[in-house]
Amino acid sequence: MKQEIGLIVVFLLVFLFDTFMSRKQQTTIGLLSCFFFAIFTAYGFCPSVLTSWDAFHGMYATSPVIVNIKNILNVGALIVMIQALRWADQDMVRVRRGEFYELLLVTLFGMYLMISSRHFLMFVIGLETASLPLAAMVAFDKHRYESHEAAIKYILTAVFSSAIFMMGLSFVYGLAGSLYYMDIAASLFVATGVNTLLIVALAFVIAGVGFKLSLVPFHLWTADVYQGAPTPVTSYLSVISKGAAAFAFLVILWQVFGCVYSQAWEWMLYALIILTITVGNLFALRQKNMKRFLAFSSISQAGYIMLGVIAYNAMGLSALMYYILVYIFSNLAAFGVIGAIENATGKVSMDDYNGLYKTNPRLSFTMMLAMFSLAGIPPFAGFFSKFFIFTSALNQGSVAMYVLVLVALINTIISLYYYLLVVKAMFIKNDDCVIPRFRSASSERFALWVCVAGIIGLGIVSCFYNHLLTVVVG
Amino acid sequence: MDFVLPLLILAIPLGMFLFLGLLGMKMSPKLAGVLGTLGLGTVLVLAYITAFTYYFSGDPAFINAEGVRQQLIVFNVDWLAFTQNLVIRLGFLLDPISAMMLIVITTVSFMVHLYSLGYMHGEKGFQRYYAFLSLFSFSMLGLVVATNIFQMYIFWELVGASSYLLIGFYYTKPSAVSASKKAFIVTRFADLGFLIGILILSFYTDTFNFIDMTSNPGGVLASTGGATFMGASVLTWALVLIFIGGMGKSAMMPLHIWLPDAMEGPTPVSALIHAATMVVAGVYLVARMFPVYLVEPHALEFVLIVGAITALYAAAVACTQVDIKRVLAFSTISQIAFMMVALGVARPDIHEALGYMASMFHLFTHAMFKALLFMCAGALIHAVHSNDFTAMGGLRKYMPITHITFLVGCLAISGIPPFSGFFSKDEILVAVYEYSTFWGIWMTLVAGVTAFYMFRIYYRIFWWNEPHYHHRPHDCDWTMSFPLIFLAAVSIVAGFIPFGKFVTWQGHEYIIHMNWGIAGISVAVACIGIFFAWHVYRKESDLPDKMADSVHWLWEAAYHRFYWDELYLFVTHKIIFNGICRPIAWFDRHVVDGTMNGMAYVTQKASYAIRGLQSGKVQMYVWIYLIGVMLLGAITAICWM
Repeated sequence: MKQEIGLIVVFLLVFLFDTFMSRKQQTTIGLLSCFFFAIFTAYGFCPSVLTSWDAFHGMYATSPVIVNIKNILNVGALIVMIQALRWADQDMVRVRRGEFYELLLVTLFGMYLMISSRHFLMFVIGLETASLPLAAMVAFDKHRYESHEAAIKYILTAVFSSAIFMMGLSFVYGLAGSLYYMDIAASLFVATGVNTLLIVALAFVIAGVGFKLSLVPFHLWTADVYQGAPTPVTSYLSVISKGAAAFAFLVILWQVFGCVYSQAWEWMLYALIILTITVGNLFALRQKNMKRFLAFSSISQAGYIMLGVIAYNAMGLSALMYYILVYIFSNLAAFGVIGAIENATGKVSMDDYNGLYKTNPRLSFTMMLAMFSLAGIPPFAGFFSKFFIFTSALNQGSVAMYVLVLVALINTIISLYYYLLVVKAMFIKNDDCVIPRFRSASSERFALWVCVAGIIGLGIVSCFYNHLLTVVVG
Repeated sequence: MDFVLPLLILAIPLGMFLFLGLLGMKMSPKLAGVLGTLGLGTVLVLAYITAFTYYFSGDPAFINAEGVRQQLIVFNVDWLAFTQNLVIRLGFLLDPISAMMLIVITTVSFMVHLYSLGYMHGEKGFQRYYAFLSLFSFSMLGLVVATNIFQMYIFWELVGASSYLLIGFYYTKPSAVSASKKAFIVTRFADLGFLIGILILSFYTDTFNFIDMTSNPGGVLASTGGATFMGASVLTWALVLIFIGGMGKSAMMPLHIWLPDAMEGPTPVSALIHAATMVVAGVYLVARMFPVYLVEPHALEFVLIVGAITALYAAAVACTQVDIKRVLAFSTISQIAFMMVALGVARPDIHEALGYMASMFHLFTHAMFKALLFMCAGALIHAVHSNDFTAMGGLRKYMPITHITFLVGCLAISGIPPFSGFFSKDEILVAVYEYSTFWGIWMTLVAGVTAFYMFRIYYRIFWWNEPHYHHRPHDCDWTMSFPLIFLAAVSIVAGFIPFGKFVTWQGHEYIIHMNWGIAGISVAVACIGIFFAWHVYRKESDLPDKMADSVHWLWEAAYHRFYWDELYLFVTHKIIFNGICRPIAWFDRHVVDGTMNGMAYVTQKASYAIRGLQSGKVQMYVWIYLIGVMLLGAITAICWM
């Protein structure tokens, strides 16, 4: 409860300050939001007496696991907010920067609803609260044509996907006569078997959430939107939004449809994972725009995250949370570097990165760490997150899972190739017009330090994963 | 015990390594050296406090009411959990031998840090050198305080890596580079045995922890359920494989070939790593696991035989070498073999496992006097710019400090009373005679040969006839002389430490009795060796050549180290490279690479083929979305029906 109330308080504070501050004072609104949110994030880690409770007739519930995933998302959102400070200070954005932080907090609240809901109505409210303000954020660079295009594409596909999702829900309601997770699970359990309607409903539900996760073939919006949106919004979309959706997806599939795991959704997810990882990789191979490149990389990462869902065991849940945590640090490090370079020089193409090591060794080094972690090279955190998620899938035990993990492993090799392309460009290639040496803003540097600490620290210190495992096991 | 002090003992060298490694090039070499030395000086003080608290405080956590010393885990952090029980932990185990090793390592390491200030002065990469020394100190300290066998293995590899880095310190010298590679590969190869041993042992016992295994060795034996493999019990295999790891690090035959070459590294490094600390890791490993070895005496027999053969072999080779560092290297091999033999003959029914205590005692005294000898050799090399004693002679007049301290080292290693080596070697010989007269006579013989080869180089360097020196050799400055004098003093008095009070295999107190009969024999044999060396080498003559000619083939064989290196070269180059590596290389180049290239080609093509999906048209996106949903539902429905 304290997290929800805290978030609302932070939002109201930012909103009030933004509304009643003078123009001159408004320069501090970004910093102020980060400050409030940092306090709130730290507050979330304080042990609370009341760890499990529910509200609204059981429509909304929380548990230690949920508190943990929310904490993880808070940390990520905080890093994004800090990274956005420099961008929000630009001429075209400056007057509206308060709105950016407000919208961001609202979407985060939507994600809280998605994670904590125990009733599909609540879930839909959360889903929309998390989606619609995001479209506004994507269109935030009003002066840029790509930003509009991205927002239009996002809103159209999002609306379409919501329609499909709710269609699926109506089928589920028809089958179970209730929208409470518990009631649906109970009635599905009672039902003698799986019928076609349930499968269709499941396909629709999976597609609806798969859209948010950008699973192939529901991913096509991703690349255009990530490329067109302002970089802080892209990083928010790729990390926080995706992390929250992955967890909510897991909750729905396990709690609501757990009893039809092997009959219905195991194979749907199986196909989606293979498609997602492979297609994401194949597209990432040829990208030259860094943001587009990371868009496809994040598609295939989502496929890896889904391995934790298909594992359908306690380790899968903890591995998924750990993966999200590590992914936050790795991806935000990469986006942080991209953002810093974009803010300083306006360049986002991989070719512009040639020879970056000579002029900006620290940024190159951070980028290299991020790439290594995303590719899963030990001893960085990404290796362990992949290791745990593969192990959880293997623990499920069937031969099909071994095949799936094998496919995922082969794809890891392919992904290594394109992650190393970035490293190669920075360290080995030479160029006549190298990006000149520049000093990034202190906010950007601070955020990058945090990410680097996370990438290295999570790789070496094991207690984080152990903590998640104990929380999950209870 | 509070965990702060032990944690600092590990954290300071590690921090110093990171600090000097990352920022060393930004500061002056002198500052880096002084910082490194001060850092290790702090560790020295902390380690002494820890060890002295352990031995003397009388705290019931350290010594119980019956006077039995306890094993104490100061801290133990879970690092990686494989299963409920198989957890890799990083911790700090305080017991008699680890406390003793803390003293040995920090003392010698501090002396080497100090000595290197003078010896390495003006070398390129001075800061890097100190960073590596700190890394080594950290790794070695982590090794001896390991609470479980896997932690030991981790630090075991770390000392190997830092040894590799330090041997190859002069990386522009091809011989140093190949020596470092040789050391790394040979020890790594042996460590494979160690790893397999760990896996076998932990598979059956379901634990990595030393205390779990050593407090209940019968349980370890029972857990294997009498399983056998190729005629020997599984436990024997595991222990022998673990010991093979120790053979690699401690340069036992036939894995000794890397140690003489490792002398290519800077001399202080040889003193620290290849004489006093890292090379005794094998002995330490067997001592750590000793109760488990006791329930499987076949493995201990193996230790004994390997040790005894190595001792004689290395002593024989040492008699013929002309490079003083190589003589010392072979002498190190031989002395470590003494410790191995002592462990091999230790049985509870022979003076309460006297061999165990004797082995640790010899480890302690040997570390001091061998580090001393190496540092003297460093001073000599510094003075005459050559490793060969043919370039030396008559140096007693020019380098009195080096002369006296070297003499002390020689007397100590030869086992002349009252120097420290006499006491520890005597305990070993008592233990061996009690076990078997045959091995007793064998080891006495080795002790005699030891006295001969040590005084051979002593007389050859400090007496003999003076060659023409380009410039007058002289003693070194205080940073190099102080460690010599300090270690010489330790080598004189260390024998009087009542070692049995501190280190025994179960922590009981053991009162050392001198066995004057055996002591008399060994001193007499040593004196014969010294007399012989005096007779042949005290002044320039043709006696050495005559002596070599009289046993010509033996001398030649020993000079070529009994052709072990040639044998290795033949096996690796001729048999393994041609017979195994070439076909594999062909397979790799054509089949593996071909497959990989093919896969890469297919991947690229596929990537190109599906690019149409991402058209940028939003209506197309929605269509694909819809088709995706329908296919998903349809395929699952068909599969289900």
